[in-house]
Amino acid sequence: MKDLITINNLIKYFPLQKGFLDRLFAKEKGFVRAVDNVSFTIKKGEVLGLVGESGCGKTTTGRLILRLLEPTSGDILYNEKSVFSFTKTEMEKMREKMQIVFQDPYASLSPRMSIGKAIEHPLVIHNSHDKAERKEICLRIMEKVGLEPAEFLYKKYPHQLSGGQRQRVVIARALITNPEFVVADEPIAMADVSVRALILELMAQLKEEFDLTYLYITHDLATCKYICDRVAIMYLGKIVEMGSLEEVFKNPIHPYTATLLEAVPVPDPKYRRTEPIPKGEIPSPINPPPGCSFHPRCHYAVSTCSQEEPDLKELRQEHWVACPIRS
Amino acid sequence: MHNILEIENLDVHFPINIGTVRAVDGVSWKLRQGEVMGLVGESGCGKSTLGFSIQRLLRPPGKIVNGRILYHGQDIVRMTEKEVLDLRGSKIAMIFQDPLTSLNPLFRIDQHFLETMFTHEKGLKKAEAFKKAEQMLESLGISPERLLEYPHQLSGGMRQRIMIGLGLILQPDLLIADEPTTALDVIVEAQFLDLLADLQKKFNLTIILITHNLGNVAQLADRISVMYGGNMVEVAEANSIFENPLHPYTQGLLSSIPNIKLDQPKLKTMPGSPPDLVNPPPGCVFHPRCPQAMDVCKTKKPETKTKDGHLVSCWLY
Repeated sequence: MKDLITINNLIKYFPLQKGFLDRLFAKEKGFVRAVDNVSFTIKKGEVLGLVGESGCGKTTTGRLILRLLEPTSGDILYNEKSVFSFTKTEMEKMREKMQIVFQDPYASLSPRMSIGKAIEHPLVIHNSHDKAERKEICLRIMEKVGLEPAEFLYKKYPHQLSGGQRQRVVIARALITNPEFVVADEPIAMADVSVRALILELMAQLKEEFDLTYLYITHDLATCKYICDRVAIMYLGKIVEMGSLEEVFKNPIHPYTATLLEAVPVPDPKYRRTEPIPKGEIPSPINPPPGCSFHPRCHYAVSTCSQEEPDLKELRQEHWVACPIRS
Repeated sequence: MHNILEIENLDVHFPINIGTVRAVDGVSWKLRQGEVMGLVGESGCGKSTLGFSIQRLLRPPGKIVNGRILYHGQDIVRMTEKEVLDLRGSKIAMIFQDPLTSLNPLFRIDQHFLETMFTHEKGLKKAEAFKKAEQMLESLGISPERLLEYPHQLSGGMRQRIMIGLGLILQPDLLIADEPTTALDVIVEAQFLDLLADLQKKFNLTIILITHNLGNVAQLADRISVMYGGNMVEVAEANSIFENPLHPYTQGLLSSIPNIKLDQPKLKTMPGSPPDLVNPPPGCVFHPRCPQAMDVCKTKKPETKTKDGHLVSCWLY
C-alpha cells in the first residue's frame, strides 16, 4: 500500500520566554525540545498509534503534520509531495483532506454555536455547497456518528448534550469535509469507561466507511489494542520503539515500552506486575538527560547509556527500537 | 469487624429550576474499619455526591433531605457546623481529582501544611509542625527540601502526593479519594496507587476510592460498590465482583474496560446513556439500558438482597 504521510527528521523547538534582563545580557537562549528528530510513515488506510506520557511531544507531532504549527526543520510528505511546497490553493485543498479531533469536547465546541452550525462550519470555511445542501450533508453525517434524532439535535447547543454526544459532534465536524487523514488527539481521554468503548467502536466503523487513515494519539496503550495497526512509542520528543501492534505488545524491547505496558491498570484483582514501575517522572524537555533520555528512570541502565544517544534501529522486521543496550 | 461508617437511607437532592435532581436516592451503605472500598460508576451517578455528603461538603443547592450517616456511631447529618469542622481534615480527609486547582499557587508547600495543622491544633509549635511536615513528605517519597517550593515548581504526580499528604497530616482514619488519578499519566498513576496502598497500611486507613474505571481499583480495593443513577446497585468483595458480577450494569461496565492482558479483539459496548435524575425512569433506574429487563423492572424499584455474598438490587435475584 502506498504511503499517505511520510515524516522525515521532524524537529520542533519552542524558544523559551526570556525576561528583560536576560535579553539585555544576551544569555544563551533555551529551547523546549518538543519534537526531536522524528521520522515515520503512515500508509493509506492504516491506524498508527502515537503513545507517550504528557509532555513527550505526541500532540506537537500531530499538530505539525497538519501544519497547525511550523516545524523548526524536517519535512512532511503528503501523498509523496512535500507539504511545504504546496501553493496556497493546494494547501487549502489539503486542509479539507486532513482533519483533527481534539481531546476536550467541552473546550473545542463554541458554547454559542448550535450543534448543526458547528458541524457545518468547515463547509462554510471551504466555501462548498449552498445552505440547504450543507444542512443535508450535516444531517447525514450526524446520523452516521450516532447523533440521533439528527433533526432534533441540529438546533441544540453544546451544554444540552452529554460528554459522549459532544465527542460525536467533534468527530462529525472533522468528517464533514470528507477527509482522507484524521489526527485523533486523545479523543477518549475525557470520557467515561463505557463511553470510551462506544467512541472507539464508532471510530473503527467510520474508518471502514469513509476509508480513513488515522494518527491515534494517546497515553493509554490499552485502548490502542482495539484500533491501531501499528504503534510508535514516544519519550521526550523521540520515538523509542515502533512496530506492528502485535510485535510491540507481545515482544516489547525498549524498557520504557515494557513499563508503559506494565503500568496499564488491569481489571483483574489477582493480577500482579512483573516489571517494576520506573521511578520519578518524565524529565524536562528543556535539558533532556544526555545519551538515552530514559536512562535516569530505567531499571536496566548501565554507565554507557548516559554517553551515547541511541539511534532507531530495525531489530526485527518492521520493529524499530532505540535502546543503547538492546539495539 | 467494626463499621467505621454506616449510611442509612440517604437521599441527597439538588433542587434546580426544572425540578429536583435526585443525586443520591435511598442509599444504605456500610464501610468496615481498615478496608479499601472502591466506589465505581459513570459520571453523574452520584458517587462524588455521596463522597461530599459524608463530609457535609455539599455545595448549595445540594441538600441531604433524608437519612443518617453514622461515623463511629455519631450521626454526621445532625451535627452542628462546629462539630463537622472538627471532623473534617482531622478525622475524615478528602483528596480531589485535580491537584493543580486544589493547591493555592501563592502559598509554599510548607504553608499549606502549617495552615492545616494550626487550624486544628491550637498551640502547636511552628518548628514541631514543620518537622511533622518533613516526615510526611518523606513517607510520600518526596525530598523534604521541596517544602519550600511553590505548587507550580512541582510535577503533577508530586502535587497529587502533596494533596494526600495534606489529607493525612492530621492522622484521620477515613480517607475519601475522589478520582485521584484522572489527571495523571499511566506510569504516575501506577506509582500513586502503589503509594496509596503503602500509606493505607502505614496509617491504618479506611479508604473510599471513587473512580469511573473498575480497572484502577481492581488490585487495591478489598470491596467494590457500584452506583448507577443515584442508587447503589451492587456491593461485594473485589474478587467476586470481577469473577461473578451479578447486576447487569456491573456486567456491562466490566466488559467495556479494555484489558491489555487478554486476547479480546473487540470491546463490548453498553448502549444508551445514564438516566436523567430529574425524571428518573420508574421502577429500576437501569431498566431502559438493561439487556435482561423484565416487566416488573419497569414498574417496581428492586430491593437490596443478599445473593452469593453480594448485596445486589435487581429483580433477577
